[in-house]
Amino acid sequence: MAFAMSAARAEVLRRIRDALGDERAPAPPPAPAAAAAAPRVADPVARFTQRVGDYRAGVTVVEDASEVGAAVAAALTRHAAADAVVPADLPAGWVPTGIAALADDPPLPHARLAQVGAVVTACALAIAETGTLILDGGVGQGRRAITLLPDVHVCVVGADQIVGTVPEAIARLAGTPRPLTLVSGPSATSDIGFVRVEGVHGPRRLEVVVSRRA
Amino acid sequence: MSGFASAARAGLDDPQLRRNLRQATTTIRAKRDAAVAEVDDWEGLRTAGAAIKDAALLALDAHLERLEANVVAAGGQVHWARDAGEANAIVTALVRATGADEVVKVKSMATEEIGLNAALAAAGIAAYETDLAELIVQLGDDRPSHILVPAIHRSREDIRALFERELGETGLSTDPAELAGVARRHLRERFLRVRVGVSGANFAVAETGAICVVESEGNGRMCTTLPDTLITVMGIEKVVPRWEDLGAMLQLLPRSSTGERMNPYTSLWTGVTPGDGPQAFHLVLLDNGRTTALADAIGRQALRCIRCSACLNVCPVYERAGGHAYDATYAGPIGAILSPLIDGFERHATLPSASTLCGACYEVCPVKIDIPSVLIHLRGRVAREHGAPPSERAAMRAMARVLGTRRKYELAQRALRTAGRPLSRDGRLERRLPGPLKPWTTFRDLPAPPEQTFREWWRSR
Ligand code: SF4
Repeated sequence: MAFAMSAARAEVLRRIRDALGDERAPAPPPAPAAAAAAPRVADPVARFTQRVGDYRAGVTVVEDASEVGAAVAAALTRHAAADAVVPADLPAGWVPTGIAALADDPPLPHARLAQVGAVVTACALAIAETGTLILDGGVGQGRRAITLLPDVHVCVVGADQIVGTVPEAIARLAGTPRPLTLVSGPSATSDIGFVRVEGVHGPRRLEVVVSRRA
Repeated sequence: MSGFASAARAGLDDPQLRRNLRQATTTIRAKRDAAVAEVDDWEGLRTAGAAIKDAALLALDAHLERLEANVVAAGGQVHWARDAGEANAIVTALVRATGADEVVKVKSMATEEIGLNAALAAAGIAAYETDLAELIVQLGDDRPSHILVPAIHRSREDIRALFERELGETGLSTDPAELAGVARRHLRERFLRVRVGVSGANFAVAETGAICVVESEGNGRMCTTLPDTLITVMGIEKVVPRWEDLGAMLQLLPRSSTGERMNPYTSLWTGVTPGDGPQAFHLVLLDNGRTTALADAIGRQALRCIRCSACLNVCPVYERAGGHAYDATYAGPIGAILSPLIDGFERHATLPSASTLCGACYEVCPVKIDIPSVLIHLRGRVAREHGAPPSERAAMRAMARVLGTRRKYELAQRALRTAGRPLSRDGRLERRLPGPLKPWTTFRDLPAPPEQTFREWWRSR
């Protein structure tokens, strides 16, 4: 098997070289000028909240971090979530009292995560232009499975985390060794009769809390 | 009738399919136009997209080697497959090595192309499609008809009946939300149980080794996150050189594809990450004819394709005939060039003719593939390498004889009028013309010959 595989590798590479002949791309490849020169967004918080709203996700804007807990509580109540899984390093005060919080430490089995009503996390970055949240498994975010299996995802975004455009976000994420998940609204399908249905496999509800000041 | 033409007949005769297709393509077209109009310099972005993919293709060997080195450095394994059989054998052996006899799959054109599900089934391994539309297609033992909405030929009522029959459900309505809920319950149990995931890839970054999967439903996240082992099968043309290239591609794809500013979920990972997701990752790099396409200097631009399906949604031929008519994994305008380029002219000689060359596909393509020019180029190749279709040659010869002298031309017009009258109704030719013109008129409505030719009218004025 090992030999067969390396033979395939050598042959595919040889076929590519034969196909290209002397036509080689100039190295390094041309920079995608338009992508890099994407215009900046004037009021990122306003743009971001409007765009998230377009995806039929819930959005709450609070003035500072002291109000985050109450906003999270309201979001969980809206969806009647009785318990929530939280990353072990979620900032204290984000999880309201009166909700059963399960720290993912040690890691909970997938089957258990699937029974929890909600998950509360921070994020790495957000994109105003597209209303996108970016999770990179960093502080306050946990591993990927915890934002996937519960039915409601409440995500807290700091205003200083919101960048204008997709290329800006990609540039900031360069060199990240961890897996990334870009979330733009709740999961959706139009596969049946071409009618949009929110919530197939991911969390069916997405609630975003934006805090203007840390 | 042969090839595309006879297969298109089935689509043309299915009013449900035509209605569904028209509704879907009209809706997506409008959404795509709005999403594209929002971007200040869409043309510049398209140019960047084309340049990125060209840069990748024109140094494909170097980028693949770099991708491989980075995936391996991050704890993944890379396998190379010359053709479908080799790719299927690799995936089958990898699944067997885990001891599993089932896999969860996220929709992927590459695995569709190589017939992976059938190969796995032959080895006693069940492959569960998890994309809602793919599930519908699989339960119905059917074939996908559209890259983006593979079950577009199925009505809600069809799907209700299918779920009741195949999933043991009773008393379902035709409400899409309820039907989606059934699929969620059914598939959730599998996501939690199955230990091997199989995916395709939308992009792979040579510079970092990152693999990117773009999706809407969340089944892609499930398949790439929950299993112990993840196997990604990727056409070698999916590589992009640099991380920052994603900045352009992740704008171009969702806006062109579903007409959204961004698709709900995009997953990116590099090799394995301790404590997060699958702890074994295999990347299968698939040639299967791509290097043959690469060797065609004009045709190779088809390898830029990011499978957004925008060209399908604007294509008048696709809208009327449906995806099944192309009898190939890749349908629509891109299928008409990609299928013969990677899969050979023997099977797909008629596909380059399945177009009116209206140019709409080129205008919407986010990576500026000049599909009409490639079609003409491929028609030339078909004629040169395989000979023109016999009916066309005969028609051309007859045309040359008739147009040769004025007398023969006028006689021919009169003959056509006499012969054509019994065949026409409401000013259209009702039936196919006999003789060498038969294949041409089988698929075209002709105006009936006028009572008087122009020359006759001129003389009698
Ligand atoms: S050819 Fe262009 S428009 Fe058609 S699917 Fe590919 S990328 Fe999209």
